[in-house]
Amino acid sequence: MQEFLQQLVGGLAIGGIFASLALALVLIYNAMGLVNFAQGEMAMLATFVAYALVSQGMSYWIAFPVTLVLAFAGGIGVQRLVIKPVERAPILTLVIITLGLATLVNGLAGFIWGYVPRSFPSPFSSESVDLVGVFVSYRDLGVIAVSGIVLLAVYLLLQRTTVGLTLRAAAHHPEASRLLGVHVSWMLALGWGLASAVGAVSGIMVAPILLLEPNMMQSIIIYAFAAAVLGGIESPPGAVVGGLIVGVTINLAGAYLPFVGGDLQLAVGLAIIIGVLILKPNGLFGRAAVRRV
Amino acid sequence: MGRKVPSLVAVATFLLVACGGGTGTPTTQTDVGITADSISLGNTIAQSGAAAAYGTIGNAELAYFNYINGQGGVNGRKINFKILDDAYNPAQTVPLTKQLVEQDQVFAMFSGLGTQAQTSVRDYLNSKKVPQLFVATGATTFNKDHDTNQWTLGWQPPYQGEARIYAADVLKNHAGAKIGVLYQNDDYGLDYLKGLTDGLGSNASMIVDKESYDVTAANTAAQLTKLQASHADTLFIFATPGFTIKSLVTVTLLHWAPTIYLNSVSNPQVYMGLAKKAGAALTNVTSVGYIKDPTDPQWANDSGMQQYKTIIAGCSTCKPEDGFNIYGVAVAYTMVDVLKQAGTNMTRKNVTDIAANKLNETNPFLLPGIKVKTTSSDHFPIMQEQVITWNGTGWTLQGSLIDERGTIK
Repeated sequence: MQEFLQQLVGGLAIGGIFASLALALVLIYNAMGLVNFAQGEMAMLATFVAYALVSQGMSYWIAFPVTLVLAFAGGIGVQRLVIKPVERAPILTLVIITLGLATLVNGLAGFIWGYVPRSFPSPFSSESVDLVGVFVSYRDLGVIAVSGIVLLAVYLLLQRTTVGLTLRAAAHHPEASRLLGVHVSWMLALGWGLASAVGAVSGIMVAPILLLEPNMMQSIIIYAFAAAVLGGIESPPGAVVGGLIVGVTINLAGAYLPFVGGDLQLAVGLAIIIGVLILKPNGLFGRAAVRRV
Repeated sequence: MGRKVPSLVAVATFLLVACGGGTGTPTTQTDVGITADSISLGNTIAQSGAAAAYGTIGNAELAYFNYINGQGGVNGRKINFKILDDAYNPAQTVPLTKQLVEQDQVFAMFSGLGTQAQTSVRDYLNSKKVPQLFVATGATTFNKDHDTNQWTLGWQPPYQGEARIYAADVLKNHAGAKIGVLYQNDDYGLDYLKGLTDGLGSNASMIVDKESYDVTAANTAAQLTKLQASHADTLFIFATPGFTIKSLVTVTLLHWAPTIYLNSVSNPQVYMGLAKKAGAALTNVTSVGYIKDPTDPQWANDSGMQQYKTIIAGCSTCKPEDGFNIYGVAVAYTMVDVLKQAGTNMTRKNVTDIAANKLNETNPFLLPGIKVKTTSSDHFPIMQEQVITWNGTGWTLQGSLIDERGTIK
């Protein structure tokens, strides 16, 4: 029983990491109706920027917001320079571009900082808390707590502010929004900026746990996709719940399904993506798209 | 054109005179990549990409060859060492190796790095009869299968040999241990697991649980939780450095305090430092070593260490305290030793023969007492290692050398 609870808690801990990146994926989907395969790599790059600032002697609590601002500006910059020129291209073109961007950013970070893992400071203690024999680290709890805060902030922004309303309108009904005087293209850029900043939060939170190196996010991006798809790709709360479910599922499957073991955890993540797309394409929290024909 | 004829005639005449018709003077045999005053060696290594940390090994080897060249070279020949970056990607190792063999006409490939990378060119080099000497990987196959790949040889202790040394240490010092093993689910992890199981022999039931992980995994928490629940009191981690660091942290977070055995791939001080910073307790951590640790104060006045410091000062990018650099200097020392022994019979065949069958050296950069040795029936140059324990800031040598020579069949 003790072991089962520990596996459960371990699953929630890693699930929190998936959730934090899945949130950024969901935001970008809301902003432009596609998944950004470079999301993890952009988050990694932002974390390296924070690392560079901290190693220059800047305090963590200043470097953190400065990085978020830089990531926000960087996201907008990427949208303006790379995405806007092909805005009207088929969706496949955009997908390929984000894949190319992922490779480019990964190589760039490797070129500048190398591939040796680095330790990254964390505001949370490196110790773990004892919950009657089950242990969970403060850093993992921190990731989940911060994901919750980001989720709340995103929710308030999208649902309770004019900017949020405009963002959603521009993404879902670009033509109508344009007629109403919305700068659709700039709204998409704003979405990229927000997603990039949320990704940066994720990177900064998980780097102390996963160790900072250019391939840091590659091991979790697939699970983050699974989390986003499971939760409903448009739903921020879905991303968080999806992340936790995926984390617990792969941990328990790895521990108790002999044919999965430690070897096929990634396959479980992929199976979740395929299973959800076949059985419930809109995920747990997504709304079915209704189209008049 | 006409004007050149006399000079060609002159050259031909000179050659006839110089060679004296081939009688009287002792003949010296040479091969591709050998000239009157040079020996050309090639190398592929990761100097970019995921394993770029290893790249400094090539630079340290170059520093040693330059040092030897500065002293007049090997039997009057200077070593010309060409390093190419394969980024740890076998798809790049193949064309780069072909370039070195066919375009640059190297005499031999030396210290190519990476199990997959060197496996990808083993058939090619053997079919071309180009020596593939002292590959920088501990995969047991490079020594064990020398008879079927006669131009290939490893240098460092093989992973199976290393694991056998752990087994010997456990049987001697922790006879009642309940062992849990975390291993990477590929040739690398399985090589270690086999060595441990074989080394324990009839006591293999001491292994109460073994859990594998895939390199695509985000962490190893699920496996370590299972191992902890199996009531193992001794944990073996046969992983690559990144996973080892994360695993050490996870063990501490689980409030688990087993005796931990780390493989040598993951024991450089830089990784131990990272694990410490990330929250690992690092109590009761054991590993093995066979090279003198440049950060260990006990070697401060050691002549081999002082020689190393002199040599490595010739490489501006090499950090003297980096264990990879003294590895590079040590393996280059063996290479030069082989070339010196080849003397006037500087053929690929003879050099490979000496390396695989006739080595018998004391290497000043390895721990005292280690013999680098091969015979016609034993192609594992280094089979002795010493147990080391982590003291909080560095590794401390324990006991004496453990010799596993002849155990891997």
